[in-house]
Amino acid sequence: MSRATTAGLVRGGAFAAAGIAFPFVFHAAWIVNIGVLTLMYAALATAWNLFSGYTGYITLGQAAFFGLGAYTLGITFEHVGVGSGYNPFYALPLVGAGIALVSVPVAWIALRTRHMTFAIVTLTLLFIVQQLAFNLRSLTKGSTGLMLPTPRFPIDSYDTPFYLAMLALLLAGLALCWLILRSKLGLMLLAIREDEEKARGLGIRVTGAKLIAWSLMVWLSAMVGGVWAYYLTFIYPESSVDPLVMIGAVLMTFLGGRGTLWGPTIGALVLVPTQQYMITKLGASQLYLVGYSAVFMVVLLLLPRGILPSLRGAIDSRRERRRTHREPVVREEAHA
Amino acid sequence: MHQVIQAIILGVLVGGIYALMASGLTLVFGIMKVINVAQGALVILAAYLSYALFSHVHIDPFVSILIVTPAMFVLGVAVQLVFVRSLRGPDGSELSLLVTWALALGIEGVLSVIFKTTYRVTSPSYADSSWSVFGYRISEVRLFAFVASAVLLVLLSLLLTRTRFGRAVRATVQNPTAATLLGVDANRVQTLSFGLGVSMAAAAGAVYGVIYPFNPGSHYDLISRLLSIVVLGGLGSLGGAVFASLGMGVIEAIVAVEISPVWASFSFFVVLLAFLLVRPQGIFGVRERVL
Repeated sequence: MSRATTAGLVRGGAFAAAGIAFPFVFHAAWIVNIGVLTLMYAALATAWNLFSGYTGYITLGQAAFFGLGAYTLGITFEHVGVGSGYNPFYALPLVGAGIALVSVPVAWIALRTRHMTFAIVTLTLLFIVQQLAFNLRSLTKGSTGLMLPTPRFPIDSYDTPFYLAMLALLLAGLALCWLILRSKLGLMLLAIREDEEKARGLGIRVTGAKLIAWSLMVWLSAMVGGVWAYYLTFIYPESSVDPLVMIGAVLMTFLGGRGTLWGPTIGALVLVPTQQYMITKLGASQLYLVGYSAVFMVVLLLLPRGILPSLRGAIDSRRERRRTHREPVVREEAHA
Repeated sequence: MHQVIQAIILGVLVGGIYALMASGLTLVFGIMKVINVAQGALVILAAYLSYALFSHVHIDPFVSILIVTPAMFVLGVAVQLVFVRSLRGPDGSELSLLVTWALALGIEGVLSVIFKTTYRVTSPSYADSSWSVFGYRISEVRLFAFVASAVLLVLLSLLLTRTRFGRAVRATVQNPTAATLLGVDANRVQTLSFGLGVSMAAAAGAVYGVIYPFNPGSHYDLISRLLSIVVLGGLGSLGGAVFASLGMGVIEAIVAVEISPVWASFSFFVVLLAFLLVRPQGIFGVRERVL
């Protein structure tokens, strides 16, 4: 995966083209809406994978940064004004970078712990941010929620700009992952995942490498949160720092395959439409949660490695079988 | 000063109940390196069971501990056999985090379908009475809850130190391979301990429902505190969990009276982060190494 193969470039180009064409082929607002959500989860899952998939450090705090992005955009709207139309989208990279910068010291503390402790500490970050959203009333309006100005987009293609913004973020995430996998940083991260003590012993600056991957994860997640807030125009603590959103992204990464480039996107393409279908069918009752947890269990217990690694394993073993099958035939020909 | 001492009393009483829940969590981690994220949801499930027993059959919530705990022990054993046991291999611990999270969502969903999302509280006749000692108010239910938790924790530690099963458990915590070689049935120890951990949640849940109003979504609040407690105490350390629970209770109660109740749980999370800066392995924890 480390070299730019033609097949890889074709795959990426085809995905980008299909992604851009989608809202212009399917106009119906509800389809584009599912598209926005699918891309949002795909981008979040890709961001999660960028840190947790490659380093092996499971973070459960991603929703904190999603929420921080949402609230930062909302608060900026309220107090500064970032224009209307497409303008807020252009402010997002800066918002994301600011949040990433703030998160680094916290990550530095959290990264002093390992494995399960790290997962739990990052989970407390999620609750810290949620508490802040509840309590800093002068900024966030607490549990009443924050209203953003309605974006002035033409009503019949209202969802399309958000769709394109989410797509841009997903493509940026995929490009980042691809670049990292090709680079020395990628090798460092994989070395950390395999054996951190050994990697440190070999002179790899493990903390620096982890922090870079972490900040990229935060940067992407915060931008996704910003687009989401602008799309919904109304945010409140429970919805913007939602453990369910994050666990959804983690589940999609597990389904598609951790540590693979396309896994998180594939997981999102399978699960988000399923999830939306379940919400419309079961949403009225809380049965939706039961269904979701059942899907979750099935994925984790039956496909713990994910779709892509399992597929790759199957293809490899098939090739292997074919080769061992053919070899004696070749030898016979040589004799003849 | 009066207020602070009152807060400390309250904090210790509350901390005792959290100690019971957290002890189950940390015990299970010590034995099988599994974090049961569903511990909070199981507490809420037990609270509902005890609530149902109280409102339909008029069984006192403290008596219902005797019914709820064995029932939830069986449930815990079943959960271990069906969901947790199959998670082996290098990613087993991480996967267990997500599987038990899914379990928590499932429990939350089932409870919301049956009981809806309105807040409930088990309120026996003595729910609002309290004693006055040297001018400090001590609520009856909270004291009963604390005593019940303390008794159960003592029973747990007796079980771990004085019985054959307890010795097998401690051996498994220290060195699973050596324990197996010496004839400890690891599977049996793991299954029974998971059940034991869940029954701690059950006993605490029956009591929790008397003190706090709860709804199916309350488990998020619980598990966030419980996870912080076990990390602060050091994963796998029972003493650490008890110590950290009491610490959390006291810190939250003092912040609640001195600053504002809305910052109470926030302050505990910040204390946790600050503490990890100095001692990443928690109070009594052993430093984790990459396996």
